[in-house]
Amino acid sequence: MVMQRLSGWGRTAWTVADLVHTTEVDVVRSTLGTAGERGVISRGLGRSYGAAAQNAGGIVLEMTSENDPMGIDADFDPMSGLLTVAASVSIDAILRMCVPQGWFIPVTPGTRFVTVGGAIASDIHGKNHHIDGSFGQHVRSLTLMLSSGEVVELSPEQNPVWFWATVGGMGLTGVVLRATIAMLKIESSRVEVETVRLENFDAVCAAMSADGADDDYRYSVAWVDLLATGASMGRGVLTRGDHAAANKVDNKDPLAYDPRLNVSAPGWVPNGLLNKWSIKAFNEAWYRKAPAKSHIGLESIPAFFHPLDGVNRWNRLYGKQGFIQYQFIVPLDRTDVLRKVIEKFSGAGVASFLAVLKRMGPQNAAPMSFPTEGWTLTLDMAAGISGLAELLSEVDSLVLDAGGRHYLAKDSHVSASAVRRGYPRIDEWMSIQVEMDPIGLWRSDLSRRLGLVDHRRSL
Amino acid sequence: MKNGVGVAQNVVLFGGTSEIGQAIIQKIVKPGVSHVVLISRDIDAADMQISEVAERYPDLEVHHVRFNAEDAASMVHVVAEVVQQVGDIDVAVIAQGLLQEGMDYYANPAALVPVADVNFTGTMVLMYALAAQMRLQGYGKMVLLSSVAGERVRKGNSAYGATKAGIDGFALALDHELVGSGVSVLVVRPGFVTTKMTKGMDKAPFSTDADAVASAVEKAIGSSKTVIWVPGLLQYMFLILKNLPTVVWRRLPL
Repeated sequence: MVMQRLSGWGRTAWTVADLVHTTEVDVVRSTLGTAGERGVISRGLGRSYGAAAQNAGGIVLEMTSENDPMGIDADFDPMSGLLTVAASVSIDAILRMCVPQGWFIPVTPGTRFVTVGGAIASDIHGKNHHIDGSFGQHVRSLTLMLSSGEVVELSPEQNPVWFWATVGGMGLTGVVLRATIAMLKIESSRVEVETVRLENFDAVCAAMSADGADDDYRYSVAWVDLLATGASMGRGVLTRGDHAAANKVDNKDPLAYDPRLNVSAPGWVPNGLLNKWSIKAFNEAWYRKAPAKSHIGLESIPAFFHPLDGVNRWNRLYGKQGFIQYQFIVPLDRTDVLRKVIEKFSGAGVASFLAVLKRMGPQNAAPMSFPTEGWTLTLDMAAGISGLAELLSEVDSLVLDAGGRHYLAKDSHVSASAVRRGYPRIDEWMSIQVEMDPIGLWRSDLSRRLGLVDHRRSL
Repeated sequence: MKNGVGVAQNVVLFGGTSEIGQAIIQKIVKPGVSHVVLISRDIDAADMQISEVAERYPDLEVHHVRFNAEDAASMVHVVAEVVQQVGDIDVAVIAQGLLQEGMDYYANPAALVPVADVNFTGTMVLMYALAAQMRLQGYGKMVLLSSVAGERVRKGNSAYGATKAGIDGFALALDHELVGSGVSVLVVRPGFVTTKMTKGMDKAPFSTDADAVASAVEKAIGSSKTVIWVPGLLQYMFLILKNLPTVVWRRLPL
């Protein structure tokens, strides 16, 4: 038994669990048998920001295969683009394998260091949500180990109820062992990107609306400067594009792909390095760097999709106190709420290094999937700011009153009642969860805080 | 456990009518706390004090559990009852205490028994019972209200001071024992605190109030600190007082 202190990517709310690292199905099954009252949750690369993949006092099954000497446990058919892969494999590994063969992962978040299992459990989304939906929509089937140890095959056709409860189910329906993903055909490893800077928040929203031709681009996202005030409030840089055609790329091999990590954040960063002033300076430079007139250029996959992966362990930049990431969504017609939220944060002097705005497409069939038609805004902030609990609670109310909700993979603070209000299908999901896990084995710190499963059920 | 902004979900106060304890609850109850449990002998008195907090947070559930702090062995059952009512105990504020100011122990030596039972024996039992529960949870914080009175026990306060000295040392050792378990102890050493417990007593130098103690606890609870002094200056004062030769110490007008 290895007792280990664990946190999410935000490095807050550390708890201790018995960490079992394995990718072997038999080991997973026998580990489930040893679980006590505190249950089990699976964990991938630990990129969810809050407490989704930790389980205080219980077992955490760490299912990663980053350095597997046997190579990538995957079966890829370059004709059909169907990839059957172990849940422990990361998007990073998949891209290394598939991009040179002309295929791309259909949905990628802002980091490629997430596992397939985690991508399904969080039903992750990317810059193409308005066109392609979220990760679960590209999963053709998955293999799940239930709490009984039984292994079941789920797909949208074969047992859709259990399939969609697992998509976005935060690992609380079982352990995903394998999945088959329909990959996206690409001609090159470059993205043709249009970059434009927009002088205020109205301009950003207008450019990103469906009328603003946003639907003509597969990928679209805006970075927003939350510290700009007055007439420039909410100014931003909009980037959108699509995979470049082979003939647009000069390179001898248009599919050449070589992601590398540039630098590592040191382990000794003091609290407060990222503060209002340093972020303001960064924001100014970032805004000025973007061309005033729309500009089209080619960018690499890492530069366009995974800019933060360029700095290894960038989460340490906030120091020991850690940080939280706040991501919510509100309906399309509620840009007023976005504005109010931005004003609340900037009024309280809360600086955000990363503030990203995206227009999302329609919701999929998963009851607990986060994305739904609307605007999603993502901000990160130092966890040690005084009065943050009260401020966030006020912002939560604004979001919920507007019919919005919070992204559980990012969440580290909302209350059980906030999730009940934000996810109207939660009761339906909970009854499916009980059916899939009658003994109540799957538990996490997140599920305890949010009451996602009934923790009074004794194992 | 606590959430990403340091707010614990379930908070338990042992010594539910303690002014300092209540002041700490007032400070650490924030949006995100779901249960507050007050453990006291007098449930009505404890409830009256918490009502203001309860009004501010409509989602918050307040629970009461009755206990007799003099019954040291019963602490195990008290902890079990709390767990049964709310589940995990994320933060436990341990504030029960008996001062017996002015008690004539020459005439009534048996009166020392409840002082030891409440301040020392019962608190030890309680802290191990809590530690056992919190280790299972993989997370937990105990906040022990100690006192500078235990730093160098003085005449006229021998029983109280000695029990505080004992429990303070015990708590530090327990914290050491719990390293790596996710559970930790915060020992709070206030100076003279003006409360109903000390009403009518002469104020000692560097006296403080319940609110100041609570603010210091609020600040320290999320940190890795094991000991705090309120006010902070007392740490240095006692460094000197502790090391004074007995001849000098005994001449001090304390």
